Amino acid sequence: MSGVTYIDAIREAQETLLREDPRVFLYGQDISSFGGAFKATKGLAEAFPNRVFDSPISEDAMIGMAVGAAIEGMRPIIEMQFADFSSIAFNQIVNQAATHFYRTGMPIPITVRLPSGGTPGSGPFHSQSMEGIYAQYPGLVVVTPATVSDAYHMLVDSVKLDDPVIYCEHKFLYRWLKAKSIKGDGLPIGQARIARPGKHATVVTYSAMVHEAVRAADRLQADGWEIEVVDLRSVKPLDLDTVLASVARTGRLLAVGEAFPWGGVTAEIVAKVTEEGFHLLDAPPQRLNARDTPVPYHPKLWAAHRPTPESICDALRKLLSF
Amino acid sequence: MLRARILENKLSSLYKAGKIVGGVYLGKGQEAVSAALGASLIQGKDCYAPLIRDQAGRTAFGESLLDCTRTYLGSVEGPMKGRDGNIHRGRPEMGMPAMISHLGAQVPLIAGMLFAKRLKGTLEGCVGATSVGDGATSTGAFHEGLNMAAVEKLPMVVVVANNQFAYSTPNNRQFACADLVERAAGYGIGGFSVDGTDLLSCASVIGEAVRKARAGGGPQMVVAHLLRLGGHGEHDDGSYVPDTAKQDHYGRDCIDVAIQQLVESGTATMAEIEAWQAETSEEVQRAVAQAQQEPVPDPYREDWSALSTRFPLSAP
Repeated sequence: MSGVTYIDAIREAQETLLREDPRVFLYGQDISSFGGAFKATKGLAEAFPNRVFDSPISEDAMIGMAVGAAIEGMRPIIEMQFADFSSIAFNQIVNQAATHFYRTGMPIPITVRLPSGGTPGSGPFHSQSMEGIYAQYPGLVVVTPATVSDAYHMLVDSVKLDDPVIYCEHKFLYRWLKAKSIKGDGLPIGQARIARPGKHATVVTYSAMVHEAVRAADRLQADGWEIEVVDLRSVKPLDLDTVLASVARTGRLLAVGEAFPWGGVTAEIVAKVTEEGFHLLDAPPQRLNARDTPVPYHPKLWAAHRPTPESICDALRKLLSF
Repeated sequence: MLRARILENKLSSLYKAGKIVGGVYLGKGQEAVSAALGASLIQGKDCYAPLIRDQAGRTAFGESLLDCTRTYLGSVEGPMKGRDGNIHRGRPEMGMPAMISHLGAQVPLIAGMLFAKRLKGTLEGCVGATSVGDGATSTGAFHEGLNMAAVEKLPMVVVVANNQFAYSTPNNRQFACADLVERAAGYGIGGFSVDGTDLLSCASVIGEAVRKARAGGGPQMVVAHLLRLGGHGEHDDGSYVPDTAKQDHYGRDCIDVAIQQLVESGTATMAEIEAWQAETSEEVQRAVAQAQQEPVPDPYREDWSALSTRFPLSAP
């Protein structure tokens, strides 16, 4: 294989799961012979007859159906065409799927794939990052793979978990992010990774922002700063141990996320580190998120709405100046 | 249905005596519809998602009295262990999922259970059923779920108990068609309309809908016409229900109608029915007493985990 893209990895993970586990089936809009809006299921309907199904445009019923199928022992993977549309399925996700184990003792092993995050020109309704909203609810695992290898292994691992998983795959990474292979480093869901070692400040981030943070860190290297980047991999559970260990090394924390700025994952990181690692901090912990407006359509506005290497560098310089 | 009425009368007394925390939601006036559906299903084969006013259907499907009294009284021995209460109970492993409060949500859920049975090759001869009220027919989930079931031609029966009021909202603020059964044609599914106060008609019409679905006829919708003979819950006196509705044909009590039908057809004598009532009251009393003696949940022993997976995980 000459190289695997992030979207290839998602497709291959689903192929592996369909091949290895007869309980797995795929359900979503346009995912059967059409292969999905992003081609994440290309060829799977032909390779696995009666395992890959087109759904009506009914996000609520898609998740309700998946929960019913899980009660009957299946392991459905549901493709939301865009993460944004999961708002229609919100009730079934947070009230039906997420409460089921606590209420009845029967876990619901469904995996909901959310094509997440912004891409140029996608606008307010095809760009959202929903991970913080789902992480707020008890009963869900929320994963945010940033690498090709994680895209593959975390999807396979998600479907193997007995609990509902919100799998946030970043659309911006689909085609440009490439790796030689899907060979992984064997980290389980719930464990973060040091994406780039450093000693002067820690950036804690996830999904596409890992790459923006690494770019920012590379730029600051020229000024002599060594920035550590922690890739959370899953936002729930949150690997606070790895985050605290990094902050213990650097004394400085910047949490970066692509979601809206009020609350959310970055706020949770700052709150947890402040609670449990206040003594480790040499400067006030900082957050950098998208702006507090809908995600704009025009590429020029969009590029200024989300964190970028430039804005991450600025935030880090401020953090390092304390 | 008689058993459900006796049980629910007891629940009402317990609520009024302050022995039940939270809401009490009764099926008074809907027992004929509910029991007809529950009795048409086969536990262990079919699946059934009861809703708020389906004590009769639950009992007919095979739920024990103890599951009810334990859940209402918060016993840790109950299926919900005090983590959820009242009508929000079920035994999904036995084909009876636990309802959530959001109306219409169980329609796609039952569709999914049937869809899974098809994938597993165990669907042949099975039926999945759920009940809703007139209010739930206005939800997106109801529409999405029925349409999905129709697209997949699943053997699903949805019984709409049109009891004329969604909490306090009357039919004329809920929908604008003459009869909700008109919607069945729009979904491309079977539609039936029935007098929900008449047990024999309910048994016959709902039985037919279940038979059609079981025989491969795709989803079926039954709209039963009746009146809720009480408030939304026991906290509500239902004073907004006009006397004209109570005096109308559908305002009659399905239990009285059923007793009359049994006696007139010679199926049972009044003395036999009275003996059943006495016997059932004893049973209900025992189920209440047992649940009352059992421990309630202990927050110090509660396993405060909403996930079955215990993190951190070791490497896969």
